[in-house]
Amino acid sequence: MRPVTLIALAALAAGLAQSPIAIEPASAASVLIRNATVHTMAARGVLAGADVLITDGRIAALGDDIQAPEGAEVIDAAGRPVTPGFFGGVGHLGVEEIGLEPSEGDYALSLGEMRPEFDVTLAFNPDSTAIGVNRIGGVTFAVLAPSAEAGSKDRPGGTVIAGQGAVVTLDGTAVPGTNALFVDLGGEANALSGGSRAAQFMLLKQAFMEARSPDEVLMHDERLLTPLGRQALLELAGRPSPFVFDVDRAADIRQAVAFARREKLRAVIAGGAEAWRVAGELAAAGIPVILDPLDNLPSSFDKVGATLENAARLHQAGVTIGFSFRDPQAHNVRKLRQAAGNAVAHGLPQDAALAALTRNPAAIFGVADRVGMLEVGRPADLVLWSGDPLEVTTLAERVFVGGHAVPMRSRQTELRDRYLERLRRGAAR
Amino acid sequence: MRPLICMLGLACALTACATKPEKPDAKPAVAAVTDPYPSTYRAPQGPPILIRSATVLTGTGTRLDAADLLIVDGRISAIGPGLAAPAGAQVIDADGRWMTPGLIDVHSHLGVYPSPGVRAHSDGNEATGPVTANVWAEHSVWPQDPGFAAALAGGITTLQVLPGSANLIGGRSVVLKNVTAVTYQAMKFPDAPQGLKMACGENPKRVYGRREQFPATRMGNVAGYRAQWMEAQEYIRDQALYEKKLADGDEDAKPVKRDARLDTLAGALKGEIIVHQHCYRADEMATVLDMASEFGYRVAAFHHAAEAYKIANLLAERGVCGAMWADWWGFKMESYDGIPENIAFVDAASGGCAIVHSDSEEGIQRLNQEAAKAMTHGARAGLAIPPERAISWVTANAAKALGILERTGTLEPGKMADVVLWNMNPFSVYALADLVLIDGALRYDRTRPPRAPESDFTLGQSAAAAGALP
Repeated sequence: MRPVTLIALAALAAGLAQSPIAIEPASAASVLIRNATVHTMAARGVLAGADVLITDGRIAALGDDIQAPEGAEVIDAAGRPVTPGFFGGVGHLGVEEIGLEPSEGDYALSLGEMRPEFDVTLAFNPDSTAIGVNRIGGVTFAVLAPSAEAGSKDRPGGTVIAGQGAVVTLDGTAVPGTNALFVDLGGEANALSGGSRAAQFMLLKQAFMEARSPDEVLMHDERLLTPLGRQALLELAGRPSPFVFDVDRAADIRQAVAFARREKLRAVIAGGAEAWRVAGELAAAGIPVILDPLDNLPSSFDKVGATLENAARLHQAGVTIGFSFRDPQAHNVRKLRQAAGNAVAHGLPQDAALAALTRNPAAIFGVADRVGMLEVGRPADLVLWSGDPLEVTTLAERVFVGGHAVPMRSRQTELRDRYLERLRRGAAR
Repeated sequence: MRPLICMLGLACALTACATKPEKPDAKPAVAAVTDPYPSTYRAPQGPPILIRSATVLTGTGTRLDAADLLIVDGRISAIGPGLAAPAGAQVIDADGRWMTPGLIDVHSHLGVYPSPGVRAHSDGNEATGPVTANVWAEHSVWPQDPGFAAALAGGITTLQVLPGSANLIGGRSVVLKNVTAVTYQAMKFPDAPQGLKMACGENPKRVYGRREQFPATRMGNVAGYRAQWMEAQEYIRDQALYEKKLADGDEDAKPVKRDARLDTLAGALKGEIIVHQHCYRADEMATVLDMASEFGYRVAAFHHAAEAYKIANLLAERGVCGAMWADWWGFKMESYDGIPENIAFVDAASGGCAIVHSDSEEGIQRLNQEAAKAMTHGARAGLAIPPERAISWVTANAAKALGILERTGTLEPGKMADVVLWNMNPFSVYALADLVLIDGALRYDRTRPPRAPESDFTLGQSAAAAGALP
């Protein structure tokens, strides 16, 4: 794709000013991307000078010298990279329109009760502006997660079980059957567990006991869970769905791993600032870590061992890693590839960084069949980049999500084009 | 996220120094110490340093290839091709690596909101009243914040530490050299002006409005600032009156009662303390500019300025810088219209002054990357910006807003030798600072452990020291 000219932008803006920005199937039945460096993230590895043919929303062919079908749109990549669509991390995409506005955020349950049946995906808004903005930044899937918040004197808080989330794709779909349970541990969660991290495991143990042996439990009024909650916990544990433990301190990670082993859970460590210190154990147990590559300061006593080399060290030890920003967010997850680039600058192989944005999170959260790899027959979920996908000087040029060609516009490009014209005119106010 | 400033050496402004020393019995004016918490920073002395054959972005808009930089007595002595090494000079071969001025962050809370972020370290917002012009951020700075060393590894040589934005008028800022020290005075940029941190919009009205206190609205915010400026004008007038009486030999003249809040505000009105205004929305920035005209003061920079692109020409006309993030948006209503071309727009206006700031202990570690993103989005919008221009967003323009451009912010003879040598083009996600010099002294060397200085806090418990669990 050629650089977009001002004239083209203006024409685009004028033509679209009235229409909401939605994605639709590609206008041409087929799109052929020619001469790309294709990072398949699958068995075929990196294909230099390769063509990608997308027909009816699927990858129809992938290789050398593919003929363009009649009427196909042909894009000359001139050697630029094509990757699977990127992961936007674990956060609030689609449930947080405005950060500081309680009425515009749906991610936290504050009933003061443990409710593993709370499923935040029911609040997912596929029209959130953050989805369109991040989609043209090359993000095609993310994990929507609830966040437990501490109570105040006016309001009960959440509990260590924040609730359920799931994979969302940025064509506006919450993917069925991908629910995961999110559990907050460590010092930051003390306010959710009566003041002690030790109580976090006490409460979790009781919850599982209630779910597994409802008849043996305690007096009714001492139960933690509702009947629906017991059912939800059992179902998630049995499937097995990912149990995502948000935890940083090495000692706490060990406790979480031990708990998951006892309860036979499929554990995922999120945060994991000190995960590198227990990398061998995590690798042996096959437990993946979702980490923030930029998380390098001892912002609490749980993170004294935080380092920019966390990703590299975990990878070196054989731990499967995925990337996410630490603070669950909705608006700027497009920045995650920059964080991945920083991990590379601090020792992580480039291919491992790409995997942490594609194949690995797809596998961890159960959507490896639809995103994260490029193979013939899969739905087209890919990005053509202007250069190195992890570079800060690179932009996404074309994005396909779930077989749909994404118009490269968002509310932000509309604002840009409106005010670019004013800037040119020299208007002051 | 908010600033305040003060010009060093000028803090005295508010008090009448005795004007007639020849009359020993004259009534002294209010006892004014002009610089009560003076900088004790002294650059270490060393031999001359010659850095050879670098790709140099000078900060003045120029790129020099295969240029040498000579440092003598902590100052830049010469820059250009083929410089001769003085006797005893240390010679560093840059071998084509990129060199820039030391990066400057105009908006940091390092030290006042340090790591670890425990309750005991919450020292950035005196949120006990909407106007705390009497507080000085420097009195909260904890020099052991590990964030300083992390920022140094990102090439930061100077930073402005501000009070937070809970208040309409948050207090005075301090400009620091990013050097390891036990006291903040030993970090204080010598003779840098102080700043005044003011805040528009959501934060003050939210903090006080939810307590059912003033201000609870944006109109309340503006009423709040105006009342303060009016009072400060009276303070200045009364002081002038008193000084005149003294000068006229009025033995009974009564000095004006000294007031730390009004000292700061009067300093801002007189231009001795630089005004930094946290403000997101275009309409609110325009209101503040009118207010500045009403009371006759200057705003140096709007910080955050998510909607600066809507009034880029107005900001340029008024000579006000925009200090912005590359791509933050949506985390609050007043940031909802943020776009990644914001910085490029402010830069593109004729005479525009764009600054990339961090307001973040993460962002301050990679201001070069933030600038690169802004440059890239600008180019896609048709606003091509070469690296030699974009570097000014994190160097010269920042120095200008802080009132220290005469002394740092560019690589020009006579300036402080605040220099970063990068392992590659700094506008890359993979770029790392190899060497960081402050006043010609080597403060960071990536190739030689321990690379950066270690704070007392992490000493003995750092990641490197801790290692794998047994």
